[in-house]
Amino acid sequence: MSETLTRTPRRSGPARRVGDVIFSGTSRASALLILVILAGVAIFLTVEALPVFASESEEITGGQGFVSYVWPLVAGTVVASIIAMVVATPIAVGIALFVSHYASRRVGQTIGFVIDLLAAVPSVVFGMWGMQVFAPKLVPVFGWLEENLGFLPFFADGSATGRTLLTAALVLAVMILPIITSVSREVFVQTPRLHEEAALALGATKWEMIRTAVIPFGTPGVIGGTMLGLGRALGETMAVAIILSPGPFTWNLIGTGNKTIPAEIALNFPEAAGLRLSELIAAGLVLFALTLAVNLIARWIVDRRSEFSGAN
Amino acid sequence: MEKSAMSKRIDINDLNIFYGAFHAVKDVSMAIEPKTVTAFIGPSGCGKSTFLRTLNRMHEVIPGARVEGEVSIDGRNLYGRGVDPVDVRREVGMVFQRPNPFPTMSIKENVLAGVRLNSKRLSTSAADELAERSLRGANLWNEVKDRLDKPGSSLSGGQQQRLCIARAIAVRPQVLLMDEPCSALDPISTLAIEDLINELKSDYTVVIVTHNMQQAARVSDRTGFFNLEATGQPGQLVEFDDTQRIFNNPAQQATEDYISGRFG
Repeated sequence: MSETLTRTPRRSGPARRVGDVIFSGTSRASALLILVILAGVAIFLTVEALPVFASESEEITGGQGFVSYVWPLVAGTVVASIIAMVVATPIAVGIALFVSHYASRRVGQTIGFVIDLLAAVPSVVFGMWGMQVFAPKLVPVFGWLEENLGFLPFFADGSATGRTLLTAALVLAVMILPIITSVSREVFVQTPRLHEEAALALGATKWEMIRTAVIPFGTPGVIGGTMLGLGRALGETMAVAIILSPGPFTWNLIGTGNKTIPAEIALNFPEAAGLRLSELIAAGLVLFALTLAVNLIARWIVDRRSEFSGAN
Repeated sequence: MEKSAMSKRIDINDLNIFYGAFHAVKDVSMAIEPKTVTAFIGPSGCGKSTFLRTLNRMHEVIPGARVEGEVSIDGRNLYGRGVDPVDVRREVGMVFQRPNPFPTMSIKENVLAGVRLNSKRLSTSAADELAERSLRGANLWNEVKDRLDKPGSSLSGGQQQRLCIARAIAVRPQVLLMDEPCSALDPISTLAIEDLINELKSDYTVVIVTHNMQQAARVSDRTGFFNLEATGQPGQLVEFDDTQRIFNNPAQQATEDYISGRFG
């Protein structure tokens, strides 16, 4: 060690080594690249979407301007994604806690492996399964919902095919389960043993220990994982395009109707040209902004409590 | 609500501690009197911390750990059938080597954490009063009274450790165990904790493990010296007596060698 020290150059200023220069250069370039790509996407979307904002509202699909064209798409996308998130998050946190704190090592590893397998299933497969298997199975459930909760606008009129927004949302929930689970598990296992012991020594039962030490420590990570899942749900194209039989926006989650932005783009893009193409790209721009907003809000939520974070 | 005598007598009878097949501590018997400070000293790995943890069954956190023998608090065996370790830990509080306030909780919520666990509903005024009394009990009130809603991790190490003591005494345990509570602290914070231990013994039975022999001499009434015959052998209690005697006139040669710095 001392030998290397004496060999450093005697120039003034900090010594620079070739390896350091190369490494900091490449990592800086990678960081810049991500900004360039992001800016490129934003510029492409904006430029290609411009004709939409310059045109008369009669020219837009639906004949009432871009906003009335896009809001049902936004609503459908947001509603499906939020349902997926609300359904998936508690299950994912439950699985993660079981794997990190209840299961034996072997059982935990097996479950972790199965969850990773679930993440490896292509979305087309989820789409086909959702349409062919899951949707018909949901039809009686929708019937029950209509009968018993029909006074709510969400469950007004059950679809005969089951290919509804709720079906798509539930399939999305299955699809985002792995990412939320693995991120949550990752933070839960990192809970400092000291905090767990502090809770136990105060006379906490296992569940109370998890509530006092593990969950608060993991919350920022769980929020992060949930937002990753929400991002995936917002952008999911293939599964929704296959499952959902599209139609105008309706609050009725179990009936025919509703569209999402990605599915709308995928289904119409191949035949679109001219202004229609610009419309779809503009819808993509809206989705991009939506996803960005979701991520910013998530970051804000995590940062707001950073003073109380686990770093001590 | 107020327990008249919070401190209790602890009797340990032929206690053996195992981690799986490893025999960690062998044949310990001793009696710890109420309202005294008892210190355990000895070289690293001699089982003194392990032994301390068996006094509130915290050793069970490690898979495969088990004991044979008996630990009784006022005649009730902690290892009797049907005794829930959760109940034991509510009566025998513990302070750890490194300060461990809950990072997601404010100072005040940290103090109240144990009470909230015991699922008693607290009115705001009762909570405020309990927090103040516990923090005063831990000599921390004056330093934190203006920032009770700040995170516990914003305090210095010594303050955090006193916060942990406040948290432990807020649930009114009968016994307070301390596992090298000053080993991560600077000398001034250490002094503050030692002063506090002296005050705590008027209400609690305190058992402390320390690597610092001067500390044992300063704070304790009784001292136990733990040692192992050789590496891989179980640790055992070599000598247990008044602190005065242990440090001035020990009965065992090994004790004298250790406290005079000839090994360890």
